[in-house]
Amino acid sequence: MSDRHPRVSVVLTSLVALLLSLVPLPHWAAIGRPAFLVLAVLYWSMMLPRAGGMTLGFGAGLALDAFHGSVLGEHALALSFVTYLAIRLNLLVRAKPLFEQSLFVFAALMAYEFLLWVIDGWSGYPLSTPTRWVHTLTGALIWPLVVGILGRFHATR
Amino acid sequence: MAMFGSDLNRPLYDRGPSPGLRFTLYAIISIVLMYYDRHGQLVQRIHYALDAATYPVQVAVGSPSVAWTWLEGALQSRDALQARNRELQARLSELELKTMRQQALEQENIQLRGLRASLPPLIKHWQFAQIISVETDPLRQRVVIDKGAHDGVVANQAVVDGNGILGQVARVGPWSAEVILVTDPEDAIPVQVTRNALRSVALGGGSDGDLLLPYLASNTDIRPGDLLVSSGLGGVFPAGFPVARVIGAPSGDKDQPGLVRARPVADVARDREVILLQFDPSNPAAPAPNPPIALAPAPHPAAAASSRVSTR
Repeated sequence: MSDRHPRVSVVLTSLVALLLSLVPLPHWAAIGRPAFLVLAVLYWSMMLPRAGGMTLGFGAGLALDAFHGSVLGEHALALSFVTYLAIRLNLLVRAKPLFEQSLFVFAALMAYEFLLWVIDGWSGYPLSTPTRWVHTLTGALIWPLVVGILGRFHATR
Repeated sequence: MAMFGSDLNRPLYDRGPSPGLRFTLYAIISIVLMYYDRHGQLVQRIHYALDAATYPVQVAVGSPSVAWTWLEGALQSRDALQARNRELQARLSELELKTMRQQALEQENIQLRGLRASLPPLIKHWQFAQIISVETDPLRQRVVIDKGAHDGVVANQAVVDGNGILGQVARVGPWSAEVILVTDPEDAIPVQVTRNALRSVALGGGSDGDLLLPYLASNTDIRPGDLLVSSGLGGVFPAGFPVARVIGAPSGDKDQPGLVRARPVADVARDREVILLQFDPSNPAAPAPNPPIALAPAPHPAAAASSRVSTR
């Protein structure tokens, strides 16, 4: 149980997730693209809350802000909040079957998108489409896949 | 508060402050950043630095499609290339014929206006830029180009392609810049119908790739096929650059009778290369810089200087 090894995989997988959420996709595919980075941060916050911690959520949010060109701090705040939820409830959610975990992830993604939506409105960007909520559903659907893949990057206790 | 971390009741969080404290800290940082994003110089500098940091990743993420385009080009057959070459030759001679006529028209114009000397060319400087990343969010029609402050790109610079106006520079990074396309819902461009000189404003329609003209009465004389050109107001584009072609009549939409749709003449979806324009302010057709409408808050020193010598 070396202390540095999980950190390396946390950072690497988060980087890959960031790339996945940036790769250009055709319009129809981009609508349903899950928020890979948010899913990765959720996973690490629940399974290894000490490896990434709040700093991972905040840093990932800042990276999303930088790449999406949004108001600086918008994604950082939303992702920090979701990370906090996941870290606080990790013992509760971790023991549940995958289906219930997916439900929790769905709720967390809804909270994340809701915060973004509110901040968008406050910061003078009141335009919105219903399609922005699609990724919360696809994200919850691929959660078992996320668990399956990211589970290989750390020793399960 | 840091004592919380070493509390015996919380063996899981035995290092540093508790997640709750950290969350509060990060939330405050985020809110301060958001508050100063539009106003503070410091956050703009952070943005500038972040643009520099994200540039290599954007290039890397875009590289597969660039490689694919290159491969397609490399594997094109000789016949296809020759056909393309012939096509371009034909287009070139067509354009040459047109410019011949244009020089005569310019001379005529000078005589009619009673000018002593001919005017300086409107476009002082132009440079090509490659699109390195495209924002696919339906509500953010933006592209990132591979030219930035180091190449002399300034905020609010006009961006065109071979057919017409594509957008304007929204934010400048050191080596890259973000271009807001005319189809972005946050973008508005003052236009004029060439047929009857009717003026209006075209708003971006988002992901469907159209422009909307909502500020028209339902009995306005505007027909499908009308060409919209920039009207020269707003301080970004000079008058007379093609913007879009009207595709719907005012009464075409049942819910919003006055709403007219127009399709951009620039190939917004398929462009890989764009042209950045800089106008000579001593030409009367150059756009008069008009900071209140400008998109990015900080006026570049060069833009401020040009506003003083503008003759419009």
